[in-house]
Amino acid sequence: MAVLEVADALTRARSYPHAVLAYVGPDGYPVNIAVDFTESVDAAEVEIGPLGHDLRPAEGQEVELTFSHIRPQPGVGYDERRYVNLWGRATPRGEGLRVEVRRASGWDEADTPFFEYAERSVPAGRGYLDELGARPRLSRLWTVFLATRLPFLTATLVPVGLGGVIAARDGAFHALWFVLALVAAVAVHLGLNMANDLFDDANGADAANVTPTPFSGGSRVLQYGLVSRRTMVTGCVALYALSMGMGVYLAVERGWGLLAIGAVGIVLSLVYSAPPLRLVHRGLGEPVTALGFGPVMAVGTYFASAGRWSWQPVLASLPVALLIALVLYVNQIPDRAGDAAAGKRTLIVRLSPAQVQAGYATGVGAAFVCILVEVVAGVTPAWTLLALATLPLAWRVWRGLRAHYGEPYALMPTMQSNILLHLLTGLLFVIGYVIAVVS
Amino acid sequence: MSDNPPLLPAPVIALLDVALVGELTVIDQAGRPITYPLIPLSDGNLVYLTSSVLFSRKLRHIKANPKVCLSLTDPVAVPVKPFHRATIQGDARVVEDDVHEGWEQLLPLWRAKEPAIDFFLKKRFGIPLFFERSVIEITPHRVLWWEDGRTSGPARVYELAGVS
Repeated sequence: MAVLEVADALTRARSYPHAVLAYVGPDGYPVNIAVDFTESVDAAEVEIGPLGHDLRPAEGQEVELTFSHIRPQPGVGYDERRYVNLWGRATPRGEGLRVEVRRASGWDEADTPFFEYAERSVPAGRGYLDELGARPRLSRLWTVFLATRLPFLTATLVPVGLGGVIAARDGAFHALWFVLALVAAVAVHLGLNMANDLFDDANGADAANVTPTPFSGGSRVLQYGLVSRRTMVTGCVALYALSMGMGVYLAVERGWGLLAIGAVGIVLSLVYSAPPLRLVHRGLGEPVTALGFGPVMAVGTYFASAGRWSWQPVLASLPVALLIALVLYVNQIPDRAGDAAAGKRTLIVRLSPAQVQAGYATGVGAAFVCILVEVVAGVTPAWTLLALATLPLAWRVWRGLRAHYGEPYALMPTMQSNILLHLLTGLLFVIGYVIAVVS
Repeated sequence: MSDNPPLLPAPVIALLDVALVGELTVIDQAGRPITYPLIPLSDGNLVYLTSSVLFSRKLRHIKANPKVCLSLTDPVAVPVKPFHRATIQGDARVVEDDVHEGWEQLLPLWRAKEPAIDFFLKKRFGIPLFFERSVIEITPHRVLWWEDGRTSGPARVYELAGVS
C-alpha cells in the first residue's frame, strides 16, 4: 500500500458503498465491522454509523476505516482490486462516530498494476526472506532459462542461419564448421545477456526498473535473489571462454581472418554495457546490436563454413540487422524511466514518444526497402522477397506502439510481435536463399 | 489443516466458503489497527490466509501481536443470499517453515475461489517472489454474527471453545 494524501483518500473513499471500522477492543483484540459513512473532504472527516452501543471504540481512540472493492469474475477470480485505509481519532456523534482523518494509504490496481506493485515490493520481500534464512527457489532448468534469457537466442539463430545458407549458395557449406560457429555464437550471446544483467545490476538500472516484462528489464535473477552475482559472473565468464576457445579453434582451422571477426563480436558484446564505454548508455545500443547480430554473426558463420571472406553475408544481413536493432529499441520503451534514473540514456530516453514512433517507422521501412533493393541490385536471390510477407506484422507493431506507448504491460503483445517480425522475416529470408540453392 | 469437527458455526463457514475477500485487521507495533483485504480460506475450524513475502508487513505485525480479526462485510465479495455479515476474532500464527511450497496445501481451497491462480502458478518463474508465501492460521475465539447484515443492530455472539 502507498501513502495517500488525506484529501485524495477521502475523495477515493466516496465511491465505496460502505466502510469497515476497525479499532482495538478492551480485551486487546481488534474489532472490525461494516459501517455506513459520509465523508467530508474539506473537513478531513468521516461520519460513520449508526453503531450498536456494544461496538464502539473509546472516546478519542485511534480507529481505522477501510474501503475495499473487487469485481468478481466467475471462473477466474476477481479484478478491479482497490482499497483505501484511513486513520484518525474517533469522537461520539449522535448514534455514530466522527473520525478526524490524520493519515491514509491505499492501492488501486488501475493506478499501479499488480505486477508493478509486486515489483516495487521486491526489496521488502527479499529482506523478509533473509530474516527467515530462506531463498526464493526455481528449478535449475528455469533458473538457467531465465539467467541466460534463452528465448532471445532467435537474435543469433537468424544471422547464423543466413551466413550458412549464403555459404551453401556459394557451394561452400560445411555442416561441422557451421555447427561449431553456431555454438560459438550462442555462447557469446548468452554470455552477453548475463554480462548485461551484471552491469545493469551494478549501475542500478534493473533495480530502478519497476515495470519489467518478459521482454524487457533484464532477467531479474539478481534482483529476485535467484542467482548470486558470483554464480552469474562464473556463468558469464564460462560462456565467453567457451566462445573464445571455439573461435580460436575455428580460426586455426578455417583461417585467421575469423579471429578478427570473432574479436569484433566479443568487443562489441562487452562495450555494449561494460564501462568505460557503455555504449548503450550513450544511445548507441542499437547500432552495436545491429552490427553484432547482423553482419558480424552472418559473415563469421560464412567464414567458418566457407573458409573465406565475402561481402555477400554483410550486405544480405542488413535487413535483419535493422530489425534486431528495432527489437532492442522497442524493448527499451518500458525501461525508460528506470534507465533514465540510472543514467542509462538510451535512444528511447533521449527521444520523445513521437520521435520514437517515427524512428521505428523509419527503421522498419528501411529494412523492407533494403530487402527489395538488394534483390533489384542482384545482391540477394529473388526468392528472398518472401520476407516481405511480414509487412502486416510490422504494421501491427507500429499500431501497438502508438496505442500503448506509455503502458508497459499493454505493450507486451507489441514487443512480442516485434520479436516475431525479426524472426519470421529472417526465416523467410533464409528460406528464400534455400529455395534459390535447391532450384 | 485440522480434522476436527467444525468449530465455527455453520452459517459462518458458509460465508467463508464463498467469500472472495475478507478484511483482516491486525495490530501494528504502535498498537493501532491496520486492515488488509485478503482471500479467506477455512476448513471449518481454522481460518487461513496466505501472504506473499513481498507484502510481509502484516506478517511482522502478527508475529509481534497475534490478536487479529477478520470481517466478511462486502455483499459483492461475499456473494450469499440472503446476505449476512460476520466478524471473527482470534489468535493468528504465521506458518512459514517452507515458504516455497508449504502454502500449496491450501491451493485447493484457493483455487475454488480464484481459478486463475493455476495460470499464474504455471508462470511462477516470472513472479517467483510472489509465490514465496507464508500462511496465516487463525484460531477463532469469538464470532459476531449479523443475520440480516445490518451491523447497526445487535450482533449474535458465538464464544468458541479452543481448537486443539
